[in-house]
Amino acid sequence: MNSVWPIFRREFTAYFATPLAYVFIVIFLFAMGAFTFYIGHFYENGVADLSVFFAYHPWLYLFLVPAISMRLWAEERRTGTMELLLTLPVPLWATVVGKYLAAWAFTGVALLLTFPIWITVNYLGHPDNGVILASYVGSLLMAGAYLAIGASISASTSNQVIAFIVSVVVCFLFTISGAPLVLDFFRLWAPLVLVNAVSSFSFLTHFSAITTGVIDLRDLVFFFSLIALFLTANVVIVDLKKTG
Amino acid sequence: MIEIEGLTKKFGPIAAVAGIDLRVAKGEVLGFLGPNGAGKSTTMKMVTGYLAPDSGSARICGFDVEIDPISAQRSIGYLPEGAPAYGDMTPRQFLEFIAHVRGFSGAAAKSRVDTAVGKTELVAVLDQPIETLSKGFKRRVGLAQAILHDPPVLIMDEPTDGLDPNQKYSVRTLLKAMAPEKAIIISTHLLEEVEAVCTRAVIIDRGRVVADGTPSELLARSRHHNAVTLILPASQAEIANAKLRQLNGVSTVEQKPNAKGTVELTAFPKSGALLIESVSTLALAERWDVRELYAEPGRLDEVFRAITTHDAARAREIRS
Repeated sequence: MNSVWPIFRREFTAYFATPLAYVFIVIFLFAMGAFTFYIGHFYENGVADLSVFFAYHPWLYLFLVPAISMRLWAEERRTGTMELLLTLPVPLWATVVGKYLAAWAFTGVALLLTFPIWITVNYLGHPDNGVILASYVGSLLMAGAYLAIGASISASTSNQVIAFIVSVVVCFLFTISGAPLVLDFFRLWAPLVLVNAVSSFSFLTHFSAITTGVIDLRDLVFFFSLIALFLTANVVIVDLKKTG
Repeated sequence: MIEIEGLTKKFGPIAAVAGIDLRVAKGEVLGFLGPNGAGKSTTMKMVTGYLAPDSGSARICGFDVEIDPISAQRSIGYLPEGAPAYGDMTPRQFLEFIAHVRGFSGAAAKSRVDTAVGKTELVAVLDQPIETLSKGFKRRVGLAQAILHDPPVLIMDEPTDGLDPNQKYSVRTLLKAMAPEKAIIISTHLLEEVEAVCTRAVIIDRGRVVADGTPSELLARSRHHNAVTLILPASQAEIANAKLRQLNGVSTVEQKPNAKGTVELTAFPKSGALLIESVSTLALAERWDVRELYAEPGRLDEVFRAITTHDAARAREIRS
């Protein structure tokens, strides 16, 4: 566990050593605002809650999270620092976890900086702050799941553009699998079990369950096991690449 | 301290490393030579645990790199090919990161970083981002990173590549100073480096060890080993050439025009013969106007070429 910390710290500070962090945070906050106020009609709804704000998180993450995860491994591979990193006396899992947690913490910082909207809604009315807190937790978990997917895809290539595009596609499939668009297609012919199975992989389903204010154990298990699954895949992919 | 047995690695159909056996003991500085693509870097990558071998094993201080990579990697200081480092960090941040990863903290980490920085003369650039540094400084950041934890085993892929002659000299001095306490492998294209720092030279070609010995043993294989070269005025060249050929122990004499009306004559010895004495006696007796006279230790580049020039020459041999 001791070796996770230095890896985490290096990775986390690397975001702020380049304009990446600032550009990302500004665009993230701007996009959040634009979606909430203009597309979500936050004011016109006249309801003191943040449901319109959270409703757009999956769609924003879909593009913004792969932008963070794409460089996670691909860049190390391209610049040759991968060789340095993997010949240091650190277990591979610790490297994978350290890098992942750094990216997740960075996303957390960006998410945290949306706090003015929470202040706004509290100023305007009396929202249920429990629901808002649960939604933030859900949003962070969902971002973590997107990141884990993106990290393992980044590990399989040295090309960041490929990492980005493939991650967006895979994340999109995970997002949409509970939407009527997909489910109606399955309902026509598939047994209910399969429809439910496909639906159960949907980030939207689990996320919207949490945004109602109920943090169900099943939703937590879903996100954490998905993260664990993709981080394991990440370890395996890096290890497989060692055999050349 | 380094034990390599039957190490093999294939990339597709090509065997990059085809069964290398090597043992490097404490106090040895092994110069790893070979043409580009001979398998030097691939071997180093396997020994340090970056690549998994197809077969064979590498043990560092008794720890098998495949079975217990962490223990093996603790004992290794490794400078990978091209000295990669995180460009957005400063050397100070980078070396502190390495120190922390290697388990040093607080004052211990600081003193490790300071020592490594001192040895590699990085003080001047300590707080500039690595990506803005010159090639020589980048290489030295890589060196500092490798020696930071004072490891018993050092593996360095072209440690002096991109350094100017002064920097090369100081890196070689550093390596020599550390050598008695460590087992060191360096790969290089510079044959003079082998003569300058290595106690042993291993030439590999197409994934196999083709020569292994001290630099002087390799030099002894050179055609120029113990050959004697004279520089004379052109007018005396013909007579000198003829007399030298008659000298006992001389197998052949080569003549080359030299600057300012002089000629360079090189007498090659029959195997084992020492010529310098008889040639200098002859020159005195004949009263030649000798401008220069010296015996050659041998030429490593000649040995290197003879051993590793394969494809074209061997293919021709087989056909005829």
